[in-house]
Amino acid sequence: MSYIKNLFDFLSAPTISFTLLTVAFPFIFPPSDWFDKKNKQWGIYKLWTNKGAFWIFMSITFFFVIGYFDPYFNLTMTKPDNIPIILMIYSMIFVVWLGMKQAYINDARLDRGEKPEEWNDPDDKVLVWPDLVYIELIALILFMVLLIVWSILIGAPLEEPANPAATPNPSKAPWYFLGLQEMLVYFDPWIAGIIFPIFIIVGMMAIPYMDINKKGEGYYSFKERRVGFFIFMYGWFVLWVFLIVVGTFFRGPNWNFFGPFEWWDPHKVVPLSNVNLSEYVWVKLLNKGLPTSILAREAVGFVTVIGYLFVMPLLLAKTKLKSLFEHYGPVRYSTLMLFGLTMFALPIKMYLRWLFNLKYIIAIPEWFFNI
Amino acid sequence: MAEKEKKESLLDQLGESQVWKSIIRSGVPRNRRQRMYAVLGNVFLHLHPARLPRHAVKIGYTWCMGGLSFFLFVVLTITGILLMFYYRPTVEYAYTDIIDLTEQVPLGIMRELHRWGAHAMVLTVWLHMLRVFMTGSYKPPREFNWGVGVLLMTITLFLSFTGYLLPWDQLAIWAVTVGTNMARAHPFIGHEGPGASLLAIGDINLVHMGSDVRFALLGGRFVGEATLLRFYVLHCIAVPFIAMIFMAVHFWRIRKDGGISGPL
Repeated sequence: MSYIKNLFDFLSAPTISFTLLTVAFPFIFPPSDWFDKKNKQWGIYKLWTNKGAFWIFMSITFFFVIGYFDPYFNLTMTKPDNIPIILMIYSMIFVVWLGMKQAYINDARLDRGEKPEEWNDPDDKVLVWPDLVYIELIALILFMVLLIVWSILIGAPLEEPANPAATPNPSKAPWYFLGLQEMLVYFDPWIAGIIFPIFIIVGMMAIPYMDINKKGEGYYSFKERRVGFFIFMYGWFVLWVFLIVVGTFFRGPNWNFFGPFEWWDPHKVVPLSNVNLSEYVWVKLLNKGLPTSILAREAVGFVTVIGYLFVMPLLLAKTKLKSLFEHYGPVRYSTLMLFGLTMFALPIKMYLRWLFNLKYIIAIPEWFFNI
Repeated sequence: MAEKEKKESLLDQLGESQVWKSIIRSGVPRNRRQRMYAVLGNVFLHLHPARLPRHAVKIGYTWCMGGLSFFLFVVLTITGILLMFYYRPTVEYAYTDIIDLTEQVPLGIMRELHRWGAHAMVLTVWLHMLRVFMTGSYKPPREFNWGVGVLLMTITLFLSFTGYLLPWDQLAIWAVTVGTNMARAHPFIGHEGPGASLLAIGDINLVHMGSDVRFALLGGRFVGEATLLRFYVLHCIAVPFIAMIFMAVHFWRIRKDGGISGPL
């Protein structure tokens, strides 16, 4: 048992678990023919069958059962406010399974030249009274019962009275914002707390204008819109839901990483040896001191960021993504690139941190301008 | 047998009576015409069309999540109103009032219903968004309504966040401190944000700790009495008011954009 627990602790470290998820994701939601071939070859599509659901359900439950009987994980897991996250893990995975199952059925039907399962004769309609209203009635009664039972069984959390002088360690935001708090490890507050949330909201609102694939409207489908599907699922599950799980279960005192079965030792020492890009360039590479002029000091950083966000999309539009650029037009293309590249800046910065201990690409603390 | 027929006719008679007709407007919905009229003639039900495509009533298609989100909003409004009878948003009373809600109020699970309902609403809204994405229901002509939905999701999170402070315990103030600390770093209008130092006249900074966006949100330099009142008003009046406007648009646009999505 302790061997399994150590394995879980090891696998949960963001470096490992995030990498595993990122590598596995294109195989689970294949965005291209090659990945699709591997998906079929290794039988990953079987996840979206009843048998697959059974195994997914059993493995998550197995984890939580061990967790429940573990003295340390029990503390985090049974905190009343963490129960929604356990519900979130189950319900998110269940609905994705349900959607993907229907998507695969529809994909097979479309391959055979049939219409999707949801299609029905426009003249053959059902009446809202009673066909819909009774479903609504049953749904709300069941949900109300669930809510009342939940409320009777588990009391709402209430800690000691507010005391501005006693800061708890760790101090955590409400659970649905823990993804953002986790991003704070890699970016400064003005990006993780302001720019990213704004980009997430505006970017999500822009999805229908960026995804101009007309296929797959109004029914579950995967094959017809696999690239868009992959990007959204990666953003939603890996960069949002997964980070919430990490922020809730794996972040202890001083926001250090702790495996699920590890004791939250407030004295755990994690060496902070992060280095800015400017220091890499001037001190380590050129063996000089940092220049006094801020712009000269951070020139490499500015070139990198501007190159990534603005020059690279321009070059791609002329070369590899030429057909996409012609199909999309300049405005739509640049919108897609701005939001897409910002989204992938998060995993890129994470890996730069993990691999090179890179702190900031542009570091101008004088102006609170660190990227 | 004869008695059963008599009972049925009693119900029918009731449906024909002046009182019934004045309230419900149509008779007992028995035939197709009356059933359609039961929906059309009812202010609450006429949110729905009278008829729907067959797939729209399948739980496997909609997961019921949009409807449940709205239902939870109603539950939260009702439990919230009940909580407001007892709760006073002051540093002096807030915490003890919360204890009294469980200890002194009969059937004291109102706060539990409200808190778990709020968490559940965050989840149902997310699941609803996931369903809409997976069925490609954001595609034209529903782009605008997807945008309204994203704003509603943001509003839901903000509603939950403002409510988080009200118990005035350690969990509440520190979660809100962590959350609102982000506003310090807002570009230009947060005192620790990039560009804030540019907004200055001579060497007098316009954006400082006592004038930035965080100060406006908290009503002070730290989470205190003014913040509690501010979050209370935001939570009980301001944000639900905005949410209701957006919800009205959201529901109306579903109908205008061709009803529930489905394959053409």
